[in-house]
Amino acid sequence: MLAVFGVALGVALGVAVHLINASAISEFTLAARTLSGDPDLVIRGPLQGFDEAIYPEIAQLAGIEVASPALEFDVRVPGHRPLHLLAADAFHALRIHPALFGNEFADVHALLESDAIVLSHAAAEELGLKSGDHLKTQVGTQSVALRVIAVLPAAASAQRIAMADIATAQWRLQRLGLLDRIDIRLAPGADPADVAAKIAALLPPGVQVSAADAQTREAEGMTRAYRVNLNMLALVALFTGSFLVFATQALTIVQRRGEIAILRVLGLTRAGVMRILLAEALFIGAAGSAFGVAIGFVLARIAVERFGADLGAGYFSGVTTQLHHDPIALAAYFVLGIAVAVAGCALPAWTAAVSDPAPALKAATALETAGSARPWWPGVALLAASVPLALLPAFDDLPLGGYAAVAALLAGALWLAPAVAENVLQRLPSPRDAVALIAVHQLRGANSQLGISISAIVVSFSLMVAMLIMIGSFRGSLEDWLRDILPADAYVRAGGAGQSSFLDAATLRAVGALPAVARIAAVRIQELRLQPGRVPVTLLARDMDPAQPEALPLLLGRSLPLRTDLPLVWISEAAADLYGLSAGSEVNIALSGRDVRHAVAGVWRDYTRQNGTLLIERAHYVALTGDERVNDVWVWLGPGKSVAMLSEELNRALGGAGLVDVRDTASIRNASLLLFDRTFAITYLLEAVAVVIGLFGISVGFSSQVLARRAEFGMLRHVGVTRGQIAALLGIEGLLAGSIGIAYGLVTGAAISVVLIHVINRQSFHWSMDLHVPVLPLVLVSVVLVLAATATAMLSGRRAMTGQPIAGVKDDW
Amino acid sequence: MNRREFFGLPLGLLAATQSRRAQGIEFPAVVPGRALRFPDDEGAHPEFRIEWWYVTGCVFDSAGDPLGFQVTFFRNRAVDGGGNPSRFAPEQLIVAHAALSDPQRGRLLHDQQLARSGFGLAGAATGVTDARLGGWRLVAEGELFRARMASRDFSIDLTMRRSQPPLLHGDRGFSRKSPGPGAASYYYSLPQLAVEGEIGADGKSRRVTGTAWLDHEWSSAAMEPQATGWDWIGINFDDGGALMAFRMRSGGGGAMPDSAALWSGATLRTANGRTRTYSPEQVTWTPVRWWRSARTEATYPVAWRVSVGDLVIELEPLVDDQELDARASTGTIYWEGAVTARTAGRIVGRGYLELTGYWRTFRL
Repeated sequence: MLAVFGVALGVALGVAVHLINASAISEFTLAARTLSGDPDLVIRGPLQGFDEAIYPEIAQLAGIEVASPALEFDVRVPGHRPLHLLAADAFHALRIHPALFGNEFADVHALLESDAIVLSHAAAEELGLKSGDHLKTQVGTQSVALRVIAVLPAAASAQRIAMADIATAQWRLQRLGLLDRIDIRLAPGADPADVAAKIAALLPPGVQVSAADAQTREAEGMTRAYRVNLNMLALVALFTGSFLVFATQALTIVQRRGEIAILRVLGLTRAGVMRILLAEALFIGAAGSAFGVAIGFVLARIAVERFGADLGAGYFSGVTTQLHHDPIALAAYFVLGIAVAVAGCALPAWTAAVSDPAPALKAATALETAGSARPWWPGVALLAASVPLALLPAFDDLPLGGYAAVAALLAGALWLAPAVAENVLQRLPSPRDAVALIAVHQLRGANSQLGISISAIVVSFSLMVAMLIMIGSFRGSLEDWLRDILPADAYVRAGGAGQSSFLDAATLRAVGALPAVARIAAVRIQELRLQPGRVPVTLLARDMDPAQPEALPLLLGRSLPLRTDLPLVWISEAAADLYGLSAGSEVNIALSGRDVRHAVAGVWRDYTRQNGTLLIERAHYVALTGDERVNDVWVWLGPGKSVAMLSEELNRALGGAGLVDVRDTASIRNASLLLFDRTFAITYLLEAVAVVIGLFGISVGFSSQVLARRAEFGMLRHVGVTRGQIAALLGIEGLLAGSIGIAYGLVTGAAISVVLIHVINRQSFHWSMDLHVPVLPLVLVSVVLVLAATATAMLSGRRAMTGQPIAGVKDDW
Repeated sequence: MNRREFFGLPLGLLAATQSRRAQGIEFPAVVPGRALRFPDDEGAHPEFRIEWWYVTGCVFDSAGDPLGFQVTFFRNRAVDGGGNPSRFAPEQLIVAHAALSDPQRGRLLHDQQLARSGFGLAGAATGVTDARLGGWRLVAEGELFRARMASRDFSIDLTMRRSQPPLLHGDRGFSRKSPGPGAASYYYSLPQLAVEGEIGADGKSRRVTGTAWLDHEWSSAAMEPQATGWDWIGINFDDGGALMAFRMRSGGGGAMPDSAALWSGATLRTANGRTRTYSPEQVTWTPVRWWRSARTEATYPVAWRVSVGDLVIELEPLVDDQELDARASTGTIYWEGAVTARTAGRIVGRGYLELTGYWRTFRL
């Protein structure tokens, strides 16, 4: 039953992770397809859009049947989440976006009126609006009302989106002269590569043409590391499941040794024994897999319904998700579960098959799994191999070397576990107390059972320790980082990147002149592509002194003193990793359709954005782009002023409440940490599961021992040892085994955590962290586990302490 | 798109122009006595609500097989942008239509496009006939007109040489469409255009020659509410003469017996160049043969006897099925096709016949 549970757990986790991710990807793809329609090529630029002047040139190229210009951005709707808007030229768009601009609402022409907007069913429902109502949006800090002329039927789009005419959006939402996209439909027979090349020749820097599915592929790439890591966790669960199979099968084989020996004597071949035992494993695997698939399916369903498919990671915000059905993957996990069960059973089955039936018939002695005679070098080789593996660079953006290093570390540690335990026990001084003496000697002698118990602890506990240290390091680094990155007293946000709301130059000056304000620093947030086909990077243009940039957690501690006339840029680690940049290198940044060469002055840590961040001085940005709008304002308060006072003054100055978000440093810090904790809540659950598995392992190890030692206990009882003393004996054994396993697990876990922190995390998410060892939690968990091991050992022995001692002795003779 | 969907065309556009925003627009009225000036009036009149250049023609390929073609550009001054400074502001909408009648095919090839003017991609120039939408274009170059279009199924690339001065309809170009004073247009035609060029279909191109007819008409007026459809012909006679006749219908469906002429008119230019216009009572339309469309179940009178004053002509279609499904762009279906004109059984000319309001009554 335990083995079935172990397999089920691993399979369930794997299935759930896979289904949730598959749902997210398929929903995202669907959503992206609804929004992008069905073009052959797409021209896209930076978040701020690109000059519409290239549109007629593109439209007149040979080989293009339709060139449909569009704006696509988030509109702030005070009191609600931002609303995603697609604004196109309906006459072109209805050929590329038939679902949105096609005949679902017949009156395309009504959309031409300069305040007309169409809502999707989901948007209308959430906003409580119907045809004829007005939608109050925020543009800059002004309120702009748009008239809902139609609500799309639910079948047209499940998303929460709005559509408008491109002229309406350019004017009312203040994007005159700008486009976000041009969707291209090729003429029949035109060669996509040829047309794309001709288009590319016309495009200014920062604007790119790509195949229509590029966006989906980008999204997949963006979440790939995240998904692979979750899948790795599921594999770890499966691995522990396999270990459980191994442990329980080892136990049942001990129990059934006599039985097997009789079968052998009666003529069953070794292969026959193997077949029987493996068939059992197959059955266990099938049952576990079946349960696992079912549980995983239910888990995924609950998770998707409760939290959405973005798993709280925020990759797919705004996407409504339905569970994706993927029978092939489910079948694959089913087979994997069976394979794991068979693999886990192979060693005990083989041991049982090759063992000599004669002694086995005589008495239920302990199972001699390979162990005491095990050479130590493979373990050492595995441990040694983990170092070069960990030093490998990311392969195809995945930390494959890191995963291999962890596997090698774990395997090496497991291989050496019995030898280490033996060594420690040999060095242990023999205690005076008789019971303790028996316990120590027992452990010294019963190496294979000890191996199982300690291995169980090492597997579960080392992974737990590694996760604890990794998360602790991350959290500690995040706290330090938040302290660095939030130097001001309050933060005023007008709108996120690319949103319709912002502060213009005049409003910004007004904010700076408020009585509560001592000093401000404004931030403009943009997104742009450093290389075609790659996910955009974030560009932060901030008011700062380039000689002494504040609030910049630089990795080298300070900017490089550059002897250069080039403007400076400070890049995040992700940008450094993804684009092969470092302090001192030069990079072209496309601003307003021109490539501007920058020198990298430093690399800084950015825990907010995974795809890379570039920081430049805002005065320089404004000079290059003429864009004086800002997203955020950092505010240092005057003496005796409070955030509440600032908020009030702001509302008065802007002529309304709720146009900007004002937050103090503490609330941002707390919200960030809360989000962090919530994100990692799932890993705490996984850890708890790992601990339970570890305890099962201990229980199995001791149960097999106790079974094998029934005669011994009988004898002890005969010579006057009480039940209580036998319980104490087992307890001491559990305490010793637990302590050794946990100490060993701590060391192994610490080694794995180093790989997690510096290799897997760094290569997956491109952010470094400093080692912060969470001492107290580690000590607490260790103590609890040692106690639990002791208790488990005592509980396992309960069976041996019931019944007649005489029966136990008789059994042996 | 059919021209006599008069001011309604395209239906959706009219709906937009009639919406509350449009009520603020001042469209110039169509008034009698405004003398048409050439060539200025061959260009666009963007302040008026609606305008079109409508080319129809009958041509023969080198094997002597007949073909009918139609290339049309509509301009519609659409909604009031409220002063929208966007270059995408939909102030002028351009609709282009093209169709090809080939008796060997038995039905029309047809395509349509719709776009807002701007960016040099779509628009109609003033002062000279030059309308374009994407790669489609109708442009006057001296004595020549050039009409070019290409779609997935067919292509047209023709030059048309003028041979006659403009034929002014109604009162020197002021053309009434109803008994009331409201509905009228400025309207002239250029008949007897000598056509030469290439027509492509089914992957092969054919060299053709023949005769075409260009209509140019503009107005701001709304359709009379009781009008349900209309019939129109433009015929180039073999002797060099030309006839335009139309009839606005009212009551019931187009094919209903109670359908009556709300207004009629005709202009005839004889071979010697004398032009005469006819009042409603001098024009009679008599259906001779009906054709029923299996696709839409609409029934069209595809053969006619039309009398204008003393002249009586019998019209017979090049192909019965010249039904045009324009629901995708304008929400309507009508019949527009090449016809031959006979007098006493002898072919005397060729031209185009347009029948609207037979599929459904136009109700806006």
